[in-house]
Amino acid sequence: MTIEGQGAVPGLTARIFAGHAGPIAVVVLAIVVIWYAGAVYMNAPRQMDVFKRANADWGAVDLIEGTWAQDRPILPAPHQILAELKKTIIDQKVTSKRSLVFHTWVTLSSTLLGFATGAVLGIVLAVGIVHVGTLEKSLMPWIISSQTIPILAIAPMVVVVLGAIGLKGLVPKALISTYLCFFPVTIGMVKGLRSPDPLQMDLMSTYSASPWQTFWKLRWPASLPFLFTSLKVAVAISLVGAIVGELPTGAQGGLGARLLAGSYYGQTIQIWSALFTAAALAAAMVVLVGVVERVVVRAMGGRP
Amino acid sequence: MTPSPVQSGPAGSDGDSVVRAHGLTLSFQTADGPVHALSDIDLEIGRGEFVSLIGPSGCGKTTLLRAIADLEQPTGGNLSVNGVPAHEARLARGYGYVFQAPALYPWRTIERNVTLPLEIMGMAAGARREKARDYLELVNLSGFEKKFPWQLSGGMQQRASIARALCFDPDLLLMDEPFGALDEIVRDHLNEQLLQLWAKTQKTVVFVTHSIPEAVFLSTKIVVMSPRPGRIIDVIEADFPRERSLDIRETPEFLEVAHRVREGLRAGHSYDD
Repeated sequence: MTIEGQGAVPGLTARIFAGHAGPIAVVVLAIVVIWYAGAVYMNAPRQMDVFKRANADWGAVDLIEGTWAQDRPILPAPHQILAELKKTIIDQKVTSKRSLVFHTWVTLSSTLLGFATGAVLGIVLAVGIVHVGTLEKSLMPWIISSQTIPILAIAPMVVVVLGAIGLKGLVPKALISTYLCFFPVTIGMVKGLRSPDPLQMDLMSTYSASPWQTFWKLRWPASLPFLFTSLKVAVAISLVGAIVGELPTGAQGGLGARLLAGSYYGQTIQIWSALFTAAALAAAMVVLVGVVERVVVRAMGGRP
Repeated sequence: MTPSPVQSGPAGSDGDSVVRAHGLTLSFQTADGPVHALSDIDLEIGRGEFVSLIGPSGCGKTTLLRAIADLEQPTGGNLSVNGVPAHEARLARGYGYVFQAPALYPWRTIERNVTLPLEIMGMAAGARREKARDYLELVNLSGFEKKFPWQLSGGMQQRASIARALCFDPDLLLMDEPFGALDEIVRDHLNEQLLQLWAKTQKTVVFVTHSIPEAVFLSTKIVVMSPRPGRIIDVIEADFPRERSLDIRETPEFLEVAHRVREGLRAGHSYDD
């Protein structure tokens, strides 16, 4: 007989609930349950119509099963979305127009281009504003009012105007992403570049450091935590910009195009699977920025 | 220890003065009208002296130190540092400055914090590391080169900031209540270390404090200041031997100087508002 494992290993449930996994799983489970119930509630009227037209006898179980298996449900059930995701991601060649991987790449490429230019633009504006007094007064009102214009109102104009001068596809969408995502970067970086305390600034004066040295040895490193916070916001809204940029032209590729086509033809399952892909993509990009942040913070001696 | 006039002569060994202020005034414009932070300051600090500026809050002692460092601009009078105007002395990196807080850059290791001024002055990396090792040894921080500031206690951080002020070997050290935020025990300890450092390096030190024992223990000359407007009301020479221990604080000579400082502070400080 062995006494292996006696007393030393806690029960499985205890181990799961010791970390975060248990509570998270419970919340996810609750959402799924509510979702399935919601699907029954939303889709039941149409399902009853179907039964009536077919003069079928139906019970509660038939109704529930029916509401979870419609072609064009008002609210698709989770397993229908998963099946659609499997069909369009795994079962299709990535080069196919039916592949969600293809559409995701179309959106991702303009998101990344827009994010990169937006981040650079945001940083350049912030550096200018912090160093030149008149720029703050002259630029800030424009920067702030630029964000009060609904993006849905200017996106079609941008796409049409750029289309007229021969720029189609990637660039107009990236431009809309840039327009959205430079803003949090500018605001965050202005705060970050001004974050060194007066003593740290005075110290640079006592060494009669050049403005260039003060920037690279003090302002820039001090601003990095602010930059990463801004970048997390920027990368997510950059994706929103790219998707919005795909809507007005009836673009053939991209998650926005999938959303639009899905709503034309009442393909709710397609809409939801595109939404899920977009959400997963945004989450992945935010996590990626977070990983880079952690690496940088560690290199800069941040507390573990 | 005889009372000396406000315009005391240089007491340094070779007689030339490092800081010379004449009729110095400095006022800030505020919404409620001008504030006279410094009024008609005459002061001479000779080479190798250890001068304390002491007085209650708002007496302008920090402002005077900042004016010497060219971090504040006087509104009148003359001020020369190392024989040139304060502005030129700053551009020539003529002094090391120690602030109330360590003001270390949190993303730099202790070594790289100490060598920051050398980096700005363009010294090569190898030579910088050597200097860092020497000066960290001087302030008893050997072995902490690769640590980050948050891993050190407050007293150690302030010692690192002193090493940073010394590492490019300026003749003049300006210290603005460097131990004000530390507890009494650490402070006593650092005062002793500072004194040894001063004896070893032969620097001129200008030291702002509001602690009478600290001022008397450290200084060759104590400048007593008073607020509204900020002015010098007494300059007291104290010639204790350069090598001294904390024990001298119990001697009658020490207590006598401390008494004079206290009298001066009382005379200049009206509590009627």
